[in-house]
Formats: sequence, structure tokens, C-alpha cells
Amino acid sequence: MSEVRKHFVQILVENRFGVLSRVAGLFSARGFNIDSLSVAPGLDPSVSQMTIETQGDDHVVEQIIKQLNKLIDVIKVVDLAEFSFLSRETLLIRVNTNSRPGDRDEAFRIVEIFRAKIIDSSPTTYTFEVTGDEDKIEAILNFLKPLGIKEVIRTGKVAIAREDQRLSGKNASRPHPEGELTLNRP
Amino acid sequence: MKISGAEMLLESLKREKITHIFGYPGGVVLPIFDALYKDPSLQVILTRHEQAAVHAAEGYARSSNTVGVVLVTSGPGATNTLTGLADANMDSVPLVVITGQVPTKMIGNDAFQEADIIGMSRSCTKHNFLVRKISDLPRIIKEAFYIARTGRPGPVLIDFPKDIILEKAEFHYPETVSIRSYNPTIQGNRWQIRKAAQAILKSRKPVIYAGGGIISSNAHKELLELVNLANIPTTLTLMGLGALPGDHPRFMGMLGMHGTYAANMAIHHTDVLIAVGVRFDDRVTGKIAEFSPNSKVIHIDIDPTSIRKNFHVDVPIVGDARVILKDLIEELREISGGEDAFRHFQPWVAQTSEWEKEHPLKYAYDKEIIKPQYVIEKIYQFTQGDCIVSTDVGQHQMWTAQFFKFIRPNTWLTSGGLGTMGYGFPAAIGAQKAHPGKRVISITGEGSFLMNVQELATVVSLDLPVKIVILNNQYLGMVRQWQEFFYGSRYSSSFIGQSPDFVKLAEAFGAVGLRATRPEQVEDTILDGFSRRGPVLMEFQVDPEENVFPMVPAGGSNIEMIFESPGEKDDPKKRDSILTA
Repeated sequence: MSEVRKHFVQILVENRFGVLSRVAGLFSARGFNIDSLSVAPGLDPSVSQMTIETQGDDHVVEQIIKQLNKLIDVIKVVDLAEFSFLSRETLLIRVNTNSRPGDRDEAFRIVEIFRAKIIDSSPTTYTFEVTGDEDKIEAILNFLKPLGIKEVIRTGKVAIAREDQRLSGKNASRPHPEGELTLNRP
Repeated sequence: MKISGAEMLLESLKREKITHIFGYPGGVVLPIFDALYKDPSLQVILTRHEQAAVHAAEGYARSSNTVGVVLVTSGPGATNTLTGLADANMDSVPLVVITGQVPTKMIGNDAFQEADIIGMSRSCTKHNFLVRKISDLPRIIKEAFYIARTGRPGPVLIDFPKDIILEKAEFHYPETVSIRSYNPTIQGNRWQIRKAAQAILKSRKPVIYAGGGIISSNAHKELLELVNLANIPTTLTLMGLGALPGDHPRFMGMLGMHGTYAANMAIHHTDVLIAVGVRFDDRVTGKIAEFSPNSKVIHIDIDPTSIRKNFHVDVPIVGDARVILKDLIEELREISGGEDAFRHFQPWVAQTSEWEKEHPLKYAYDKEIIKPQYVIEKIYQFTQGDCIVSTDVGQHQMWTAQFFKFIRPNTWLTSGGLGTMGYGFPAAIGAQKAHPGKRVISITGEGSFLMNVQELATVVSLDLPVKIVILNNQYLGMVRQWQEFFYGSRYSSSFIGQSPDFVKLAEAFGAVGLRATRPEQVEDTILDGFSRRGPVLMEFQVDPEENVFPMVPAGGSNIEMIFESPGEKDDPKKRDSILTA
């Protein structure tokens, strides 16, 4: 048994009625986890791009990729674990700024440190927008906790392979392990 | 010229060379049935329940290697197809099921006879479509047939709203189909095939484990050629019976829970397992950790998800079984340099024959009470296997799989994956429609038969000469067997006892009913029943406590076969027969 790891799976799907529920339904029917999911239309409006954060050992992830490929509306599936990749998430956070004197200044300093943006303000709160990888998001939430977080809205993670990996990395055009088949990759 | 959605549907079906539709009318599909009334080139087979329509289409499709078509109405008509869809999905049967739907504007409003059949059927179809624009209809139908019959076949559902059924538009049926996200792999990887050939050649104890994929891909000739070329002992799954002639000397019978001793022993001791068109189902493997423990595994299947889903694989090859077997045979011929290269399999072949002799399939004939296996043997002798046989699910299904020798593919119709009681009789109706001149037999139990008994009306009204064989043991036999073995003989809800008088039941529907209660009546009843022209129901009152052997307890290792009932185990002389080889 290989160890359970986090995986980002990029899925290119037909931008059609019901596709999201096919993908989500597959995960629940087969007992796979979805930790986060984001969907939006791609550059080509006939397709949608999904990023699913999931976890499992190699065997489970292999099945996830294969089962996704089997869905008729799925055009392409990439497990980013095969690449070096970048992931980002955006958060909208509302914090209290008047529990103690100096809270408003403290909030402002945290915004500076994390290069966040204040997008709304009221006499008793600030609302931030912050984007970053998992470590950064975790850190800012820890910093803000003492102030009192009123609300957090997260987009879920999106991820992209690094350019050099995509073009010249030996993984980029590698057929499936042991030549079993080439998964819908060009 | 503009034509309606209903007419477009029928035109499209004709372009797909469809001649038969299994169905049941209702509110929203009335315009389609009206168009069918005016067009005699498409024959509607009216079943008496929508579930039976789907099973009938399955029987039609599987006996003739074509796509079965079903047409039902919205709401309950659609939901009644779900069991059939799930059955076809598990057993890879190509179907196109058309369900009516309430008008587009009313979808989601809880309209009369509305059901979200797209949502409900998503996980039990290969794909489904909701027609949202009339201009999409021809493309959707073309794609539906293409998806149903290619790759790993399966059921495709088209949900067809009433307003689009009525709407008129120009009709252009696409000549070709191309779906950028769906391109099944057909050709096997050359290097993998070479690796497989080398592994086979180097092995000393190879076994072929083949299944339904051989039948779906029409690869029975290639399988036979491979078996003959290399003289490899072969076992078939329940779905694969008929893929290799049942009387072939290298055929060891079915494997798995009720498989033969020889097949299960061979699988356990093999050094190279050649799995073709199979999916390592739990009823085949038993305890997975102890299945074929010392073998290198070659797995050929068109569905990549079947590979390494349940079991490790050393040489995976994705593609069409027929194409790959052809290449594999060619490769074997090339690298072996003749049939002598396989001579070293001889001791192994002798060993498997030894196992066959050691524990052949058997039962104890009785002069007083009809043994169900005896009925099946007699039917085989009478027909010489020249017939199509369907079964339901349970003991009678296993006995038929064991004691009837299937010589040709597409002559054995059974519900394997889903295990659907009520499948067999409607499936026989479908097979009879596809093969009007052929003898079609529905072997069933009194429990399963009652699950779609209403179809007696269908066979009588269409005068279909289906022969129904009920092995009546007064119990849900397989449930009773498990209760006897694992639940201290507490027969909870498995005793059916008072079944209807099947002879009178057949007569009430207008069919012929016959009954045998004693062993000496069996042959005469078969002779009488099978020589009559129309539909005949034959009830055989059989031993209520007969069990299916061998048996591997669920979750047990395949070599822990049981050959006797637990009661007999207490007899020390018989205890030896509980094998833990």
C-alpha cells in the first residue's frame, strides 16, 4: 500500500448541462473524497476547467483518473502530482477591528505583511481579499484569529503546472505507466 | 421538409437499422406511438411492464450482438426502467432507452408524471442525454447509438420532452460521429502484447480466465484459436459461458463461488493468469488476497477502469479483446516457432484433467424426488445445446451454468453483475424476437418467475414460442442455502410455500401449462412441452433442500470449496470433503 497523498486533478470537460453533477456524482458513488473543487469556463467557451483537490493512495488516485476519463463529457484529466505545479486560493475574510484598542492598526499591519487588500470597511470590521498558496492562507488565518474572524469565504484551490514542466518535462507526454494506454493526452 | 421530433426519432432509428422497439405507451410519448402506428417498418413489442421492456431489449441485444431499443413514457414509465438500466450497465449490454419527459417549460415544476430520470439514471447508464433543442436531436441519437455499442458497451438514455417531440424542423441525420472526449482504445499496445506473449511462453502453468468481453467483442474464434494453439486450460466467468465451446477438452468449467474444483484449483496454482474481457468480480475472486497468489497477471480489457480496480496486474493491455487476441496469437506464433514450443504445458494440462476427475460436477440422482440438475441435464440432452437459454438469479441459474454446456456465444442470457431476479423471462422474449426460428428457453425458479410473471400476456398475445422451465423448490433457494450454511437453518422469509398453481396460471394467460412431480415424468414433460408450437410453461417440482456445490463461502478463499451441506459435515467420514487444499 502506498501512502495517502494530496492530489490536484485538473479536468477539462465539455461546458454542458449536468457535467458538474456527473463528476461530483462519480466521486460520491465510488467513495472518493473531494477536499475542494472549483469550476469555471475555459478560454474556449465550449469547455470548462475543473480543479479538484482530492486524496488517496496511488491505487485510489489511479482509479479516480481512469473513472474520470471514462465519463463521456470529460475531455482531459491531468494529475498534477506528475508535475511541479503552483496552487492558489483566494479568500474573502471579515475580521473584527474594535475588540481591543489597536486592533484596527494590527489588522492593517497584517494586510501589509501578507499583501492582502482591504476591499470593504465598516467602523467595527475590515473585509480583506487575500490570495496565496496553502501555507500563506494558513498563516494569515492564524494571525487574524486573535482579532476575531467574523466570516471566511474561500474559492477552493486552483492549480497550474509550471511552464517548463509542461513543455519539456518528461512527464508531459508520458504514456500511462507500463504503456497500458495513453490517457486522453495529446 | 419539416418533420416532428417524433418522426425524426423514427427516421433516425431506421438509419441505425433498428427494426424492433420494446416499450410501453403513456401520456407524453403518445405522439411517438402515433407516428409508429403510421409506420409499419418499426415493430413495437408491447411488454406488460417497463422493467420487462428493458430486459427484453437486453435479451434481444445480447443474443444478436446489436443494440436494443426501448421506448417508455415519463415519470413511472421512466423510473421502471432503472433496474433494467443498472442490469445492462453492469453486464455491458448495449441499449438505447428513450424516455418521454414533460414539456421543457414544466421540467422542475413537479408536473404530472415528471421524474428527474437524467439525475436518477446517471450512475446506472454509460451516458444520458436530455434533448433541449430539436436541432440537437439527430446528433444525440447518432451519438447515443455510437456510445452504446462502442468501447465497453452499455445503456444510453435519451430523455425526450413532449414539446420537442411535437416541434417540427428540417431533418438531417449525421453520417459520421466524432466525440472529442470519447475515443475508446481498440488496438492493444504492441510492446505489452509482446511482453504477454513472452510471459506465456516462459510459463509452465498458464490459465486463461475469459469473460463477457469475449462475447461483446466477438472474439470467440480467436479465443478458440489461442486455446488450441498453446493448449492452455481455460475457465470462463458466468458472463463468458459460450465463449469457448462447453465441450472443449481444455474447458474446465466456470470459476468462482460456484465454479468447478478444477477451475478454482488451476487459478490458484497457475504461474501466468491470462485474463481476457473480465473484471475480477468478487464472486469470481473470493478472498482477493488469496486469489491466484503466485501468478503473473496479464489483463486484457477495453475498459481501463477494470484494470487494477480489484486486483494487481503485471501486464495490462487496454483494447478490444478480438483485436488484441489476434495480435497475441500472431506474436506467439512468431516468437515460439511452432506448436512444439508449448509442449512443456503438458504436465500442467494433465494436472488440470486430474482435478477434473477428482471432483467433477455431480449430484445424487433420486428415484423419488426430482433433482433440479437432472432437469437441466435432460433439457441439454434433448436440445443438444442448439437453443438460447436465459435464466433468472439464484440456484437454478448456477445449476444451469454448471450443467448446461453452452457451445456457441450469444446463446446464454443471464443477469451476472446486478443479479436481477425477473430478468430471464423477458430476456427470453427479446431473444425470441431476434431469433424467431430458434428454440428459446427461460429456465427459472418460482421466486424469480413471479417477479415478471405478467409477461405471460406478452408471449401469448404475440404467440412467441418461448418455453418456460420453472424449477419449483418452494424456497428462494439460494437464500435458503445461505441460511442453512451460515444462519443456523433459520429460514427467515425464504419459504415461499404456497405458490400459485403454475399450470392454471399459464392457462389463465392462454398458454399451455405442464407439470412434473416425479423423476420419471421429467423426460416426457420435456418432450411434450418442447414439441408444442406456442408458449409453454413447464413446472418441475424439485427437491426443496438441494444445494449448489461446490461453494466458496462469501469472502473465503477459492480453494476453500464446500462439497457437502453443513449437516453432513458432522459425519466424520464425509468431513474430509471440506477441502482446504
